[in-house]
Amino acid sequence: MGSIVEMQGIIKSFPGVTANAGVDFDLKKGEIHSLLGENGAGKTTLMNILYGLYKQDAGTISINGEQVNFMNPSDAIAHGLGMVHQHFMLVQRFSVAENIILGQKSSREPRIDDLNLIGKKLTEISDLYGLKVNPHAIIWTLSVGEQQRVEILKALYRGAQILILDEPTAVLTPQEVKEFLEILKRLTSEGKSIIFISHKLSEVMEISDRISILRDGKKIETVFAKDTNERDLARMMVGREVNTNFEKKVAEPHEVRLQVEHLCANNNRGLEALHDVSFDVRAGEILGIAGVAGNGQNELEEVLSGLRKSTSGKKIVCGKDITNMPPHKVGIARVAHIPTDRYKTGLISDFMISENAVLQRIDREPFTKHGSLQWKKINEEATSLVKRFGVKTPSIKTKAGKLSGGNAQKLILARELARDPYVLIAAQPTRGLDISAIEYVHHALIEQRDLGMAILLFSTELTEILSLSDRIAVIYEGRIIGIINREDADILEIGLMMAGIKRPSSTLEQTGVIES
Amino acid sequence: MDINQVLSASFFIALVTAGIRLSIPVLVTVLGEIITESAGVMNLGLEGIMAVGGVVGFLTAFNLQGGSLHSSPQLAIYFALIAGFVAGMGMGLIMAFLSVTLRADQTVCGVTIVLLGVSLSNYLYRQAMNTLAESLVSLTIYKIPYLHKIPILGPILFEQNLVFYLVIVLVLVVHFFLFKTRRGLEIRSVGENPAAAATSGISVEKTRYLATIVGSGLTGLGGAILTVVQLGLFRENIIAGRGWVAVALVIFSRWRPKNAVIGALVFGLADSLQYRIQAVTQVTYGKNTVPYEFLLMLPYLLTIGVLLFRNSSSDAPATLGEPYVQDAR
Repeated sequence: MGSIVEMQGIIKSFPGVTANAGVDFDLKKGEIHSLLGENGAGKTTLMNILYGLYKQDAGTISINGEQVNFMNPSDAIAHGLGMVHQHFMLVQRFSVAENIILGQKSSREPRIDDLNLIGKKLTEISDLYGLKVNPHAIIWTLSVGEQQRVEILKALYRGAQILILDEPTAVLTPQEVKEFLEILKRLTSEGKSIIFISHKLSEVMEISDRISILRDGKKIETVFAKDTNERDLARMMVGREVNTNFEKKVAEPHEVRLQVEHLCANNNRGLEALHDVSFDVRAGEILGIAGVAGNGQNELEEVLSGLRKSTSGKKIVCGKDITNMPPHKVGIARVAHIPTDRYKTGLISDFMISENAVLQRIDREPFTKHGSLQWKKINEEATSLVKRFGVKTPSIKTKAGKLSGGNAQKLILARELARDPYVLIAAQPTRGLDISAIEYVHHALIEQRDLGMAILLFSTELTEILSLSDRIAVIYEGRIIGIINREDADILEIGLMMAGIKRPSSTLEQTGVIES
Repeated sequence: MDINQVLSASFFIALVTAGIRLSIPVLVTVLGEIITESAGVMNLGLEGIMAVGGVVGFLTAFNLQGGSLHSSPQLAIYFALIAGFVAGMGMGLIMAFLSVTLRADQTVCGVTIVLLGVSLSNYLYRQAMNTLAESLVSLTIYKIPYLHKIPILGPILFEQNLVFYLVIVLVLVVHFFLFKTRRGLEIRSVGENPAAAATSGISVEKTRYLATIVGSGLTGLGGAILTVVQLGLFRENIIAGRGWVAVALVIFSRWRPKNAVIGALVFGLADSLQYRIQAVTQVTYGKNTVPYEFLLMLPYLLTIGVLLFRNSSSDAPATLGEPYVQDAR
């Protein structure tokens, strides 16, 4: 059987990293071939090369048996390729139809095509594949799921026979994922071929015909989905045995440490982003905030850490009202914060590890005496933290921005825990980390919980919420739509709540929590 | 001249006619900058580019009128305007190279272009001209048949030179170009989301070069219209902040050519009023009651005022001023 895509010996280096070290990959007509691998394994680089965005240093690419040399994406598009990027490549202020004709020759140059006509054609395509979307809607008014459909439509409209989908399910609710996988099946039954990039084992198992595993820029193996299982895939992906479901004790919550009452706040555009948010977190428990990205999690995280002012409502830590206090004061109230963006908010990238390790305490004894920094003390503290938390670095004088994601996160964790906090706000603590680092962070959080810390966990990964949390609050469009205990949590129900659909049972639970 | 004369119809007509005329160079510059900024390049160098367009235009017209085109001075003016446009494009090429290819900070590049342009224009003028106060033959006024007889509106809109009519067409052309043509859509997409444009097969670099060069060409043309058509002379600092006003008016226009007309008119009318009031008070009292410097400030103050009432930064192209790096990781 001939392959429709054939990549051989692909090598691509960036300054300091080899992203692809001689990778072979092929795709057969009508199949779904998944590329599985951790962050930084080289999946996206390989596909960007196929799509003409990067140029490989060595190796050959053939499409339908003909060797090709793409200079840019237009060449790739002309050969029937279409790519849906992890971050959507849509112009937010354009309509669906305008996005679709972008970069295309018009039938009436120099004018753009008649958008009504384009709209009709789009409706035909979308009916065929079940990709419902209004062709005249402006992109920013569409939901993430709809925007993704626009991306696929864009590729199909341009005659794509081969679709490259880069982590397409990362931004979807569980229901949307299900719909999405249905659409993929429909596409292959119409003769399209699909390359599916993911690090989610269950989806890969469900959807793929074949799976290729990448690790550290090399291809480990290509297997048929029917001949493998999630455990084997995880092992090949990480390079060792992984224990995905770890043991944790039942929580023993004590007194309320963090109380949030009727909190409202605006986003950067001045529109309301949080509406009447109330919950509390007790010592010795983890409250997980679940939700699709962009539903107010960032604003809530910022309000709680003091980076954003609330417009009304209160936040109380251990009985002390800290509403609208600046981050410095919030820190003194012993609230620790692991921010979403670890390089921008979590660390000062241009500062040394030693400086970052004592950042909030650097103005106090023993690190400052008589207005001058006590480097000996600072270095001692940094060295001990780096050792205790296993931060891999050549030196404590290395710039923090040079640390890998996992090590940067360990450094932040070390610094925050060294302040002996009452409350820990952990926002997307494992985003972009590899499996080993994720394991580390998860164990650290559970350990802190068992030691009696009150932990508020933000995560857009539902599996992470489910495996760590003792209670789960679902946020949708800036409102807490319900709070449920972990043992009562049903993934389907949480999925519905993430999409804004609330069941009566969860209403009871929510009022119950506020009263307690 | 007394206050009744100030309020008379003829004064009003003269005021508005001059106001429209004074708004033309700024309007053309604003149109150019709208194109450039739509592609995401913030070219703050307008003041300098206008100066270069202005001096090149003036010198071209002066030499042609006194030389090979002595017999048809009108034609010399059109050649001069083309020369101003080309000079502007040259400055645009420098700006594009600095901001697109070298990805330098666009604010710094812009200010550099201003300094370069203003100094270069002064240098060229001093090198080429021995005498000061040389002036040009001006453009013929065309009266549109019948329409110019409409009271008030007639003399204002239908007794103007050809450049005026062409600039009105230019507003429509720029609007059509940006919002109805494929190239325009590409320019706007590059300003909004260059990565999306690149994956659609559009060259971000090429598009930004094109937009910066064409936009600067129009800016040079604006400068040339000011010196060659409006004033008929060149002096040092003749642009007098009009380039900076244009930068502000682009924001006022919310990157829409038709709004630019309103902004430029407000500026032009204030400029014209300032000239007139100076003249009136001089005649009546023999001495200015209000220091003339205050009157000179009027157009600029009004520009600031207009901006205050129109906070429209959210309409700006999403990646305005940000260099685009493709192979970043």
